[in-house]
Amino acid sequence: MKKPPNNRHPIGGGIWWPALIATAVKLLLIPAYRSTDFEVHRHWLALTHSLPLSQWYSDTTSPWTLDYPPFFAYFEKLLSFFASRVDPTMTHLHNGLNYASPSTILFQRISVSFSDVVLIYSVHRLSKDRNFGILGRFLIWVLVIWSPGLFIVDHIHFQYNGFLLGILLLSISYLEEGRDLMGGFVFAVLLCFKHLFAVAAPVYFVYLFRHYCRGGVVRGFGRLVLMGSAVLVVFAAAYGPFLYYGEIQQVFRRMFPFGRGLCHAYWAPNFWVFYILLDKFLAFILMKLGFDIQTPKASFTGGLVGDSSPFAVLPTITPLITFITVILAISPCLVKAWKNPQPKMVSRWVSYAYTCGFLFGWHVHEKASLHFVVPLAITVLKSPEDAKHYFFLSIVSCYSLFPLLFEAQEYPIKVVLLLLHAALMWFGFSSYFSSVDVKGKHNKSESPSFYIGWFGKCYLLGLFVVEISGHLHSTIFGDRLPFLPLLIISIYCGIGMMYSWIWQLRQIYLTS
Amino acid sequence: METGPNNSTEDTATWSFITSTSTKSWFLCISLFAVLIRLAVAIHPYSGAATPPMFGDYEAQRHWMEITVNLPVKEWYRNTTANDLRYWGLDYPPLTAYQSYFHGILLKLFDPASVSLFTSRGYESYLGKLLMRWTVLMSDLMIFFPAVLYFLTVYYSRKPNGEKNSMAWHSAMILLNPCLILIDHGHFQYNCISLGLTTAAVAAILSDRDIAGSLLFSLALNHKQTCALYDYYVAMGGRFFNALLFWVATVMSAYYAPAFFGYLLGKCLKRQNPILEILKLGLVVLGTFAVLWWPYLYSVDASLEVLSRLAPFERGLYEDYVANFWCTTSVVLKWKRLFTTQSLKLLCLAATISTCLPSMIQLVRFPSKRGFLHGLLNCSFSFYLFSFQVHEKSILLPLLPASLLAFEEPFMFRWLIYHALLSIFPLLRRDKLVLPYAVLYGLFGLLYYTTGGRKDTTEIYSFYSTLKSSAFACSIFLHMIYMTVTPPEKYPFLFEAVIMLFCFSQFFLVFIYSNSKQWALSKTSIQEDAEKKRL
Repeated sequence: MKKPPNNRHPIGGGIWWPALIATAVKLLLIPAYRSTDFEVHRHWLALTHSLPLSQWYSDTTSPWTLDYPPFFAYFEKLLSFFASRVDPTMTHLHNGLNYASPSTILFQRISVSFSDVVLIYSVHRLSKDRNFGILGRFLIWVLVIWSPGLFIVDHIHFQYNGFLLGILLLSISYLEEGRDLMGGFVFAVLLCFKHLFAVAAPVYFVYLFRHYCRGGVVRGFGRLVLMGSAVLVVFAAAYGPFLYYGEIQQVFRRMFPFGRGLCHAYWAPNFWVFYILLDKFLAFILMKLGFDIQTPKASFTGGLVGDSSPFAVLPTITPLITFITVILAISPCLVKAWKNPQPKMVSRWVSYAYTCGFLFGWHVHEKASLHFVVPLAITVLKSPEDAKHYFFLSIVSCYSLFPLLFEAQEYPIKVVLLLLHAALMWFGFSSYFSSVDVKGKHNKSESPSFYIGWFGKCYLLGLFVVEISGHLHSTIFGDRLPFLPLLIISIYCGIGMMYSWIWQLRQIYLTS
Repeated sequence: METGPNNSTEDTATWSFITSTSTKSWFLCISLFAVLIRLAVAIHPYSGAATPPMFGDYEAQRHWMEITVNLPVKEWYRNTTANDLRYWGLDYPPLTAYQSYFHGILLKLFDPASVSLFTSRGYESYLGKLLMRWTVLMSDLMIFFPAVLYFLTVYYSRKPNGEKNSMAWHSAMILLNPCLILIDHGHFQYNCISLGLTTAAVAAILSDRDIAGSLLFSLALNHKQTCALYDYYVAMGGRFFNALLFWVATVMSAYYAPAFFGYLLGKCLKRQNPILEILKLGLVVLGTFAVLWWPYLYSVDASLEVLSRLAPFERGLYEDYVANFWCTTSVVLKWKRLFTTQSLKLLCLAATISTCLPSMIQLVRFPSKRGFLHGLLNCSFSFYLFSFQVHEKSILLPLLPASLLAFEEPFMFRWLIYHALLSIFPLLRRDKLVLPYAVLYGLFGLLYYTTGGRKDTTEIYSFYSTLKSSAFACSIFLHMIYMTVTPPEKYPFLFEAVIMLFCFSQFFLVFIYSNSKQWALSKTSIQEDAEKKRL
C-alpha cells in the first residue's frame, strides 16, 4: 500500500497516468448534455439484445435504425449482455424507447470510457519504440488521450469514436512496425466497425500492395493471396451471417443511405460550403444583372427531392461527383505510396486521405475531422512545421465541433477544454523543440523552434471574433437569419481546413 | 515504470514543459484544468435540490441574494414581514451580504424570476442553477486563484531553484483540493472567497506586508469566519462590552485569528516600537471592520442585532455528525443533559482557548514563517475540534493551511485530506454527489503521486506512516460499508457515528502531530539565534 520512500516518481511515468486523469474527467461529465446519439446507441443495445440477428437491419421500431456495419452491431450485442443485467428496461425493444434512467446513463457513459482502452493501448504501442524521449512521448499521449474533440464528441455528445480511432491507430502502429499483414487485418476489422473509415482504403491498398506484396512475382502473389484471405476472413465474419439469412442487401441499404443531402444539418467546414456560397453569390449577381434565376426549392441538408437541384446556377453535385473528387484529391498520395512505400509515412498518408474525404465527401459530419486530427498527432514531433500545422489544425477542428454542444451548461466546458488543449500544445511544443535544438543543433538561431507567424495568430484571433459575433447575432439581427452564425463558423473553419489540406498535400509532395 | 540511471533527469523532463517555463504558463495550465474540474463537478446536483420545504445551502444562498437585492441594507438582518428570518435568514457577516447583493444583481439581470421577493422561494431552473454555479466559479477565479498564485510566488521566492519544480505540483494540491471543490461547486457554498482572502492575507504577511495582510484577513473574517463569540459574550453577561471591544474579541475567536494574532504580535514585539506597530495593525483591522459594518453602526442596538444573527441561539452544541470532540464524546457523555447551554459555551471557549494556547505561545515567542502556517493549522484545528456549533464543512478551514504546507509536510497533508474527505462523505452522499466524490478522491491520489511532485519523507516517521496506512485501509473499508450496508433500524445513524469516531481519532492525531512539529521548529530557531549571537 505504501510507496517506498524517496521514490522520485512513484507514478506518472506510464501512459496510464494521463489515461486515468482523462477517465476522471470523463466520469465527471456523466450527467452532461447528451445528443440523440445516446438514444441511438441505447436503441441498438435493445435491438441487438432482443431481436435475432436476421432482423437487426430490417427492424423499424425506432427511427434510429442500425446503420453501422455488423462488427459494431456485435459490439452492441456484447455490451447489451451487461446492459440487460444493469437495467433490463434499457435493452427492451419497446419499453426502452427514449429510456434514460440514471443507471442507463451511467452504463452507457462508462461503456464509452471503457472502450477507450483500445485507444490508450494503441497510442502506447505507437509511442513506445520511438526515439521521442519521455517528454515527446508524454506530448503524444496528451494530444491523443486528452484530445478535446474526443471529449466533446464521445463523452458529452455521445459516440464511440475513441474506440474506433483506437483500432485505426492500432492498424497504423502495426504498419509502422512493418507488420503489414496484421495492419491490414486490423484495418479490415475497422471497416467492419464503421465503413466511413473506408476513405483510407485506397491508401492501404496501394501501400500494402507495394510494401507487403513485393519480392518477386511468386512471393508477391503469395503474399497478396495471404493478405486477401485475411481481409476476406474478416469480412466473412462480419457479413457472413447476414449473407446466410439473405439479409445482405438490406444491410447495405441501411449502411449507405444516399438519400441524404450533400451537407449534414450543420454544414461541416469543407469544400462544398464554398461551392454553395459561390452558387448563392453568382445567383445574386446574375439576378442583379437582370437574369431570371429560379430560387431552388430543395435544401442542401435534406434529400434530393425528385430532379430539382438545390443549386441555382452551378451544376448539381451528385454522390458520384464527390466520390471522383475524393479519389482525385487522394491520388497524389497514392502515387507517392506506389513509388516509395515507407512505413514512417503511413500515418501522414492515412490522415491525408481522411482529410480529402472530409473536404470533398458526400454528407460529411463535422465529427469526421477527428479521423485525421487524431492520427496526425503521431507525426507532430517530426519538425516544428508539423507542430505548427497541428497546433493550427487541432484548434480549428475542435472549434468546428463547438456547435454540437449548444446548451449553456456545456458552453464553458467546451471553451475550457479547447483553451487547455491549446495551452498544453503551446507550452509543450515550445519546450520540446527548444530542448531538441539545444541537443541536436548547436546553432539555435538558425533552426527556429516552435512559433506561430503573424498570419496564423491573426487567423486564430479571428476564431474569437467569430465566436463573439455568434453571441451578438441575436442582438443585431433578432430572429432573422438564424443560420448565419453556423454558416460563419463553417466558412471560417473551412478556410482553416483547406489550408491544412494544402499544407498536408505539399508536405506529402515534398518528402521523397 | 521507468527504472534506470537517468531516472531523476527523465523524471523532471516529463513535466518540464510545464515546470521549466515561466510561472505564468504552468499556472495557466493548472488553473485551466482546475476550472475544468470545477465546471464538471458543477453539472452534478447541489444540496437540497428538489427537496421542499427548506431545500439546502443552495436555496440559502439564493434566498440571501433575493433579500439583499430587494430590501434596504438596514433590513437585511432584521425580522420583518418581507424578511422572515426563520426561512434561511442571513446569518453570515456583512461581507457575505454584500457579496450576495452583488451576485443577486447579476442574477436579476439574466433571470429576474430567480431573485424576485417571496415568489422565488425554492426557485429551481436550468438557467438559475447555471447562473448560481457561475457566480461561485467567478468568485473562485477572481479571489481564490490569484491568491494562490500570490502565495506561491511569495512562498517559493526564497527557496533554491531545485525546489521550484515543486511549485506546479504544490499549486495543483491547493487548487484541486477535492474537499473545497466538492463543497463549493458540488454542495454549493462560497468558501472560496473567505479561504482565498485568508490565503492572500497569509501571503501578504509572509512577504512582510503586515498591514495588507491584516486588512485581507479582516475581510476574510467578515465573510465567513466570525463564529460563536457572541455566545460567549452573552454567556459571560458582558453587557458592558461595547461593540468596539467586541470586534477585538471577534478577531481573537475565529479559526485562524489566534495564529494571525500570535504571529503578528510576536513579530511586532521583536521590532523597535512594538506598541506603535501593534497600534497600526489594530487600527487597520478596526478600520476595515468599521467600513464593512458601516450601515449597522448608527446605533449599538443595530449592530447587536446583526451580531445576534451571526450566532443564533437556537442552535446546539453541534449539528449532524461532526468529527469534533463534543460530538464524539457525546457517545459516552451526554453533554447537553449534563450542562446548560450557557455553561457548555463557556466550557467550549475554555477548551478551545486552552488547546490554541500552545501554538499561540510558540508563535509569540518564536515567530517564524513556517511556524505561522503550522499555527494557522493548529489553531483552526482546535476550533474545529473544540468550539461550539461546528459544521462538518468547517474541516475546510484546517485543510487550507495544511495544503499551504503541502510542500513541507506532504505526508501530513495527505493524511488529513483523506480523512477530511471521509468526514464530509455522509453530507455529500445526502446531496447525491457520490460520483464526483469518488472521482475527485481518485484524482487527488493521481495528482499527489505525480511526477515532479514532492517526495515523501515518510521513512523518518515510520510510526506515523504505518498508522496512516492502516487508517487508510480502514477509511476505504468504511466507505464501502457505508455505501452498501443498510444500518440496523434501531441505530439508523450507526455508520455516520462510526465514521465520525474514526475521523475524530485521525484528526486528533494530526492535531498532535502538527503541534509537535510546530514546537520542534522553535528548537531550530533557538539554535539559529545562538549561532547569530556567536557570530
